[in-house]
Amino acid sequence: MIRVGIIALQGGVAEHQHMVKLAAEKIKTQAEPVFVRKDNDLKNIDAIIVPGGESTTMGILAKRTGLLDKIKEIILDGTPTLGTCAGAILMAKKLLGIRGKQPMLRVMDVEVHRNYFGRQRESFEIDLNIDFLEGPPFRGIFIRAPAFTDFWNGAKSAASISVDGKKVDVVAIEESMIATSFHPELTGDTRIHEYLIKLAKK
Amino acid sequence: MIKPSSYHSGLVDVGFNEIVEFFYRLAEATDKLKEEGLFSYQTSPLPERITIPTRGTISVKLGFPVYQKGGVVMDVTNVEQAEIAEDAGAVAVMVLDKLPYDVRRSGGVARMADIKIIEEVMETITIPVMAKVRIGHYMEAKILEQIGVDMIDESEVLTPVDEKHHINKWMFNIPFINGARELGEALRRITEGAAMIRTKGEAGTGNVAEAVRHMKIIMKDIKLLGRMSEEERLRKAREYGVPYQLVDLTAKLGRLPIVNFAAGGIATPADAALMMWLGADGIFVGSGIFKSQDPPERATAIVLATSMWNDPEYIAEAQRMISEQKSMMGIDIKQLKPEELLQTRGV
Repeated sequence: MIRVGIIALQGGVAEHQHMVKLAAEKIKTQAEPVFVRKDNDLKNIDAIIVPGGESTTMGILAKRTGLLDKIKEIILDGTPTLGTCAGAILMAKKLLGIRGKQPMLRVMDVEVHRNYFGRQRESFEIDLNIDFLEGPPFRGIFIRAPAFTDFWNGAKSAASISVDGKKVDVVAIEESMIATSFHPELTGDTRIHEYLIKLAKK
Repeated sequence: MIKPSSYHSGLVDVGFNEIVEFFYRLAEATDKLKEEGLFSYQTSPLPERITIPTRGTISVKLGFPVYQKGGVVMDVTNVEQAEIAEDAGAVAVMVLDKLPYDVRRSGGVARMADIKIIEEVMETITIPVMAKVRIGHYMEAKILEQIGVDMIDESEVLTPVDEKHHINKWMFNIPFINGARELGEALRRITEGAAMIRTKGEAGTGNVAEAVRHMKIIMKDIKLLGRMSEEERLRKAREYGVPYQLVDLTAKLGRLPIVNFAAGGIATPADAALMMWLGADGIFVGSGIFKSQDPPERATAIVLATSMWNDPEYIAEAQRMISEQKSMMGIDIKQLKPEELLQTRGV
């Protein structure tokens, strides 16, 4: 049984829970979603999802409950991890568009710009192609979304979109870490979650 | 661990995308709604392939509140308070001219907040900024959309301009929140295009009793729907004045199809945890923080208690962070005259 730990402090937790179940069914793999709220919930976890929410709130809560360092430890140990939106922000080593300091995981060699596209009014949907996925384009739902503005060491872009003629990177991968600017958990398209489960199976 | 209250439903596992598809189908199918002028701005389904960024879609509007879940939205009246809220871990701030407690005290007409202050808050902090408009006031809402506020609360705390109609929220590209005291009210607001519901409670009292009552009524109404025959649901839909399909969906989900927060009188971490235990997806705190004597500590404590509501160790820790002597004094609702109640505005 593959246990997918969803960091359940704030944000779109139930949506990922639903997608993990759906993805497991689709690829006929024994996988179950588990909520992670305290450090002992991280025991025997095979994959991690850092969901969307407010990155400031999640960071502050994870620091307060002592979860932040523990998650960082097991991600750096090589546990496959998916971060969506605020999750991607928390995973980045460099962060733009913030006020003062905010607690972060800092595990991925990327620079992320918070609220890159603007405010909620500028939130949008678009279809995009992701390098490591087969099949039709993936529906990206971007909500006050961040974007990846720099990559170094092993990190690289796996998808980009064109906004006003400018190429913007929206998926980053590095070893067994995946980070997306958008919310695959809102679409019903389980391919990214399937990919995470398969990584955990290896 | 504290078990969820019996008001929590045994959730049916339904994807967000299925809810969004429901609203597109409903918009397409229901001629009656078109006659009433509702849904008329969102009837066109999205193309099979979206090649350019498309804004204001149903997914984008219903999606925004999903990422507020488990969080606390704090009422603020200036930049300093907004900074305290962000530093404490609020998921958003709600900018008002006066806190609900002061609205009660001052009387007169309560309108939307000063644009300059809203803009100053938007420029200073990085979390979402919401603001309130008067019930039925399309132009206050248009102005807030124009300046780029992230979400609009069509709120009974301000003085309504239309006793009979709420705003048709499908006309806007940004999401709306509405208050509700019972299921019919909530479903009417969803039919009008609200992306998020909150209990009305009795704002500005520091007394959570009405929020508890409203949350329990909504949860109980939904449970009752679940046990009804098709025929009875049809009658309920007519009684509520909403499409049958929406009543049916709510019954099947065992909860509101959109995010549902608690608001009105929440003043302590224990109040926030209580509302989460009753099944709220998150919390609005109005006067409770900045009418107390310990705003930064209290804000931090309420954020912690909201997230960790089912863990006795953490809610005790949160409650320890505040002092009851510093809580807002509060108003006994029984002392209020019927005309002083805010919750009866706009049903």
